Amino acid sequence: MRDKNGLIVKPVFTEEMKRDYTILIPDMLTFHFDLIVGVMKQHGYKMEVLKTNHKGIAEEGLRNVHNDTCYPALLVIGQLIDALKSGKYDLDKTALLMSQTGGGCRASNYISLLRKALEQNGFGHVPVLSLNFSGLEKEHSLPLGTKMVVKLVYAIMYADFIMGIVNQCIPYEVNKGQSLALVETWNRRLLDQMSGPGFVRLDRNYKAILADFSKIPLEKTEKVKVGIVGEIYLKYAPLGNNNLEAYLVFEGAEVVNSGLMDFLMYCVYNVINDKKLYGVGGVRYYVFKLALWYFTGRQRGMIKAIKKHGVFTPPADFASVIDMAKGYLDHGVKMGEGWLLTAEMLELIHAGVNNIVSAQPFGCLPNHIVAKGMIRKIKDNFPAANIVAVDYDPGASRINQENRIKLMLANAKQAAMSG
Amino acid sequence: MTYHIGIDVGSTTLKTVVLDNTGRIIEKSYQRHFSKVREMTLEHLRNLSPVLQGHPLKVTITGSAGLGISKENGIDFVQEVFATAGVVRKTIPQTDVVIELGGEDAKIIFLGNVLEDRMNGSCAGGTGAFIDQMATLLGVTINELDELSGAAEKIYPIASRCGVFAKSDIQPLLNQGARKEDIAASIFQAVVDQTVAGLAQGRKIEGNVLFLGGPLSFLKGLQRQFKRTLGLDESSAIFPELAPYFVALGAAYCAQDSAALDYNQLIERLARAPGGVSDLQSGPALFENEDDLAQFQTRHAKMTVAEKDIAGYSGKAYLGIDAGSTTTKLVLLARDGAILHKHYISNAGNPLPVVRDQLKTIYALCGERIQIAAGAVTGYGEELMRAAFGVDFGLVETVAHFTAARHFDPQVDFIIDIGGQDIKCFNIKDGAVDDVILNEACSSGCGSFIETFAKSMGYTIAEFSKLATESRRPVDLGTRCTVFMNSSVKQAQKDGCAVEDISAGLAISVIKNALYKVIRVRSADELGSHIVVQGGTFLNDAVLRSFEQELGRDVVRLSISELMGAYGAALHAMENADGISGLITPAALEAFAHSSVLAVCKKCTNKCALTVNTFADGRKFISGNKCEMGAGASTASTLPNLMAYKYERLLAAIPNRPGEKRPRVGLPLTLNFYDNLPYWAAFFDMLGCEVVLSGQSSRELYMRGQQTIPSDTVCYPAKLVHGHIEALADQRVDLIFYPCMSYNFDEGMSDNCFNCPVVAYYPEAISANMASVQTLKFLYPHLSLNDERYFVKRIFPVLSGVLPGVTKGALIKAARAGLSAYQAHRRNIFAAGQKALDLAERENKRIVVVAGRPYHIDPEINHGIDKLLGSLGFVVLTDDCIPPQGKKQPRNVLNQWTYHARMYNAAQFVAAHPKAEMVQLVSFGCGLDAVTTDEVRDILRRGGKLYTQLKIDEINNLGAVKIRLRSLVAAMDERDAKQESVKEVAGIAR
Repeated sequence: MRDKNGLIVKPVFTEEMKRDYTILIPDMLTFHFDLIVGVMKQHGYKMEVLKTNHKGIAEEGLRNVHNDTCYPALLVIGQLIDALKSGKYDLDKTALLMSQTGGGCRASNYISLLRKALEQNGFGHVPVLSLNFSGLEKEHSLPLGTKMVVKLVYAIMYADFIMGIVNQCIPYEVNKGQSLALVETWNRRLLDQMSGPGFVRLDRNYKAILADFSKIPLEKTEKVKVGIVGEIYLKYAPLGNNNLEAYLVFEGAEVVNSGLMDFLMYCVYNVINDKKLYGVGGVRYYVFKLALWYFTGRQRGMIKAIKKHGVFTPPADFASVIDMAKGYLDHGVKMGEGWLLTAEMLELIHAGVNNIVSAQPFGCLPNHIVAKGMIRKIKDNFPAANIVAVDYDPGASRINQENRIKLMLANAKQAAMSG
Repeated sequence: MTYHIGIDVGSTTLKTVVLDNTGRIIEKSYQRHFSKVREMTLEHLRNLSPVLQGHPLKVTITGSAGLGISKENGIDFVQEVFATAGVVRKTIPQTDVVIELGGEDAKIIFLGNVLEDRMNGSCAGGTGAFIDQMATLLGVTINELDELSGAAEKIYPIASRCGVFAKSDIQPLLNQGARKEDIAASIFQAVVDQTVAGLAQGRKIEGNVLFLGGPLSFLKGLQRQFKRTLGLDESSAIFPELAPYFVALGAAYCAQDSAALDYNQLIERLARAPGGVSDLQSGPALFENEDDLAQFQTRHAKMTVAEKDIAGYSGKAYLGIDAGSTTTKLVLLARDGAILHKHYISNAGNPLPVVRDQLKTIYALCGERIQIAAGAVTGYGEELMRAAFGVDFGLVETVAHFTAARHFDPQVDFIIDIGGQDIKCFNIKDGAVDDVILNEACSSGCGSFIETFAKSMGYTIAEFSKLATESRRPVDLGTRCTVFMNSSVKQAQKDGCAVEDISAGLAISVIKNALYKVIRVRSADELGSHIVVQGGTFLNDAVLRSFEQELGRDVVRLSISELMGAYGAALHAMENADGISGLITPAALEAFAHSSVLAVCKKCTNKCALTVNTFADGRKFISGNKCEMGAGASTASTLPNLMAYKYERLLAAIPNRPGEKRPRVGLPLTLNFYDNLPYWAAFFDMLGCEVVLSGQSSRELYMRGQQTIPSDTVCYPAKLVHGHIEALADQRVDLIFYPCMSYNFDEGMSDNCFNCPVVAYYPEAISANMASVQTLKFLYPHLSLNDERYFVKRIFPVLSGVLPGVTKGALIKAARAGLSAYQAHRRNIFAAGQKALDLAERENKRIVVVAGRPYHIDPEINHGIDKLLGSLGFVVLTDDCIPPQGKKQPRNVLNQWTYHARMYNAAQFVAAHPKAEMVQLVSFGCGLDAVTTDEVRDILRRGGKLYTQLKIDEINNLGAVKIRLRSLVAAMDERDAKQESVKEVAGIAR
């Protein structure tokens, strides 16, 4: 529906709807989203992560958004529309959730594109909620209470923690599938705890999780480590990157992937930096400074726990990630994954992971600068860096992508042999 | 003795090398595999049976199509670049760089201490398959193309980004009669540029360069262009005899580590049936069964057009010519519309002789009985044909097609024409063309594409399309451009899909491309209920069927589908005939001769490449010009042109203070400087500096910087930055200033005031990739101009110590001078816009507001579109000379970019203005415009306006742009005429 000025009328998600509406969210990070949905449920929201993965999703996206729109938008909107059309959901009792970063990239516009697509398909009455921390879409934002936010942060930290460990187990498992089964168990246990006051027991849980995972029998063969960096959706979502992680494991590599917390801390850092550079941001500056202090502190706790346990490799401290960008690009580069992407490549190389896949949507604007634009300089300084930039889009064929990744892997394996 | 076998299965060819254990080559082969990857490999090895029997065999497969075979059969695979690097190091160790071009892959390997390798991205075609396509376009074999290139005198700029782009550069050259020798050499140069720009990615190609792969070993012309461009001599350019086999040789070397098999084991493994169906095969069959096909064919067979035997006819006749890009079509109609004569021929890039011969034939057939009362021509070659043969009328293609379609179905409400190069679609509303949709240069996956593909697989187009109708499980090949489809086909081949399934898949791709990429349709109802399909491509039953299947409804295809443009032209001639035709007489036709020379128009900075055609009677016809000046007029359109005006004003913003010795600050005339230059010029002037501008953009300037471009898919305006920086480095400036700006000026029309990521941060990419800024002072601080206090705080540490006597006080003064200069500049632009509007009002001229980005005023970026608009009678305005239309308007998208807010604002103005239209310029690769285009269209539609989007890139020909703009004019004419008649009717009624 449109008003007299031609504006799309946006249905509001009211408090009553919370009771019997199902909120659909597009998939990105399985471990994380499972926990997040669990937390939301405890706060009275019925949520469902769409786990669909078939060709029709991209086609639905092509039909409904401008084809030059970046691939993640195409998939995310395609997945939501595909779900609404599937007949599985009562359309009068369904709402959608979309995140918005509020940066100068296209991603903040996904939600507008989704609304247009909904309107065109006769789903104009389906409310869309925005998940953002920038004050956008005030009437349509997911209401976030302090307690819920804290719990969500914990959920993300736990998921990051588990993801990092699982990545170090899966390629070496003696009994295939054992680590993932253990994740399920722990997810249940963590959610259980979080429904009470127990979610604060971070250290105790870390210890227990580490103990459990270190019991999984592993066959420690020599494998090359491959880091994944990239546009946030394609970095993680199997639907977007053609099951990149699984493919790398199949090809005999161990995947190294940074956590979602890093991206959140990057977003927070940028707000703080904006104040420094341009004097904008107002009071948010102090809130975000506090948040960054809190997050980095929690991350250090996690690193400490892993180090103390001594079996697994911990992620990098965010403070050192911040430093990595220096000499390459300014922290003012804040659109898309911005300076973080460059910093992550460098962080990987410093940690001895020279082999890197940079996953990016075809024609991704920030990536021209922060990924492809920085590879030259990184290679000049670290000749052993073995970076492959892979473009993803609805027309790019899998074989093209795999061939390039194979080349990276061949170089990696040779380097491993000679070095 | 153990033999080592390397098998290289590329996208189009199969190469094998057999080594004995001393490394001697026993056997080698190179052949096209026509997509029958598995069969050909097997057959070849069977043929080698006498050589191989009885020896232990170690086998390794490589190549883009080899992966599947190896996976399924348990034979070792090695990535091809890796294999190549290994063998080069072993056999030609002095090599510094390897350049290998294959069928569809291009690779560069930098050897040296650490290996660095690149493969072409998924959007870069300029390779063997590209050369094949170009040869087809010229109607010559590859060898002839090579020979032709030897006699070249001149190189034309041909876009090198991908085959599709290059094609649309070459086509007009052909149509304008440029020499094939020159075009051949230009094609090779385009491949060279593509390799250098796309793959070098900031690393210089120098030292000893080894050239590998089929094209580089067979084509002398290509070798020549590479050597010339890279500045190599006989000793540093290495063309090994074994070039085509090198990758296979590399695989054979790698085979040392493989397990040995005996001959029978090897054959048995390779012969193993392909493992089930490909996951690409998803769609339903085009035809259920024979009956289904028969029914379909009967239904369409009914749509025939009456024909009359020309021998039995006498009286008046009407000629229609469609001088298309690859084909020329002619029809001669009787008074009742029946066809007396028709002709469809591929013009092999030279339409004039084709039409001349046809006219001779027609005159012979007509004799004294038939008089040609009028003729009309449409299509790319329209102007040339009118000049050459005195054809009476010319009309834009869209109108020609509509005229024909309406003749057969007066209720027609949607027409889609898929030709060799173009997709044209238009909605018809109230008997007039309402909306024209043309394919962008990047999605020309049209008819000629299927044809080239058929040929490359060894079929004629008729055989190929017939095969498709037999397909049981069509392959899903994606909907993007040709290059993407190529690699999807590669994957299908790898997966062992049958040719009929690939052919059907291609047909479906063409349709999906047209529907979802070009038209962006959501449901069949959106198109209309009376759909007429046209163009040669629809003669392919598979294409027609998949169109009907995709829409879920029947459509009309006439038996003269490919002749509809010519038919429409003939009808137009009939409607407008007024007595005697000016068509060339039979006698003059006998004496007809034509020659062409090329020239460059020097009357403005566009430097149009002109073709001067001279006919036997001394008449001249000039083509290639974008405005009247090229054709000899002393001045271009005198109507106001704000794009040109703004450009002049910008250049005038640079203060000229002769005689004074001041520190020289270089500013590149790129991206955001097209808006902010007056600010920075005044700022540095106030600080006592001499402001040095990089100069005006040009193709040459672009080429100078292209080796340092890190991402080949970034927009052309950004790529140009590299050239501008080189230009500044030449001018011995003391420093280059190029700030990063996340935020632009807040103009109060939007929710935020971002720049796009590329505009905001491109200086970072420059700093990290250009060697020339390392030796210079290159300052690129992150700044915002919105807050004076913070601005000074940020810029003080950047400039103090660099420029003498910089104090905070001086910076505040300079910032204020900058701001007031910028504001004065903006006021001046608003005033000039108002003046232009007043003039348009006074003289009753049409107005077009060109929406885009400030840098689209760069003539090298817009390729003279403003001039073209002027010559079509428009007063040309820009989005940023329209003052804010009331308060901040809510939008359906997040309105967070300053430049975009200007476009929405201008669209709002156009929507409400009776005489204004809008044209939106979109740079290829601009991701943000995927958001803005829909919103601008939406705003215009609500005001009942047409939406015209022009995609621009490095391509320098305005063929498609011209069609679009002329269609726009035709639609405006019809609309105005209708309003006039409504007024008249109202007048009579009163």
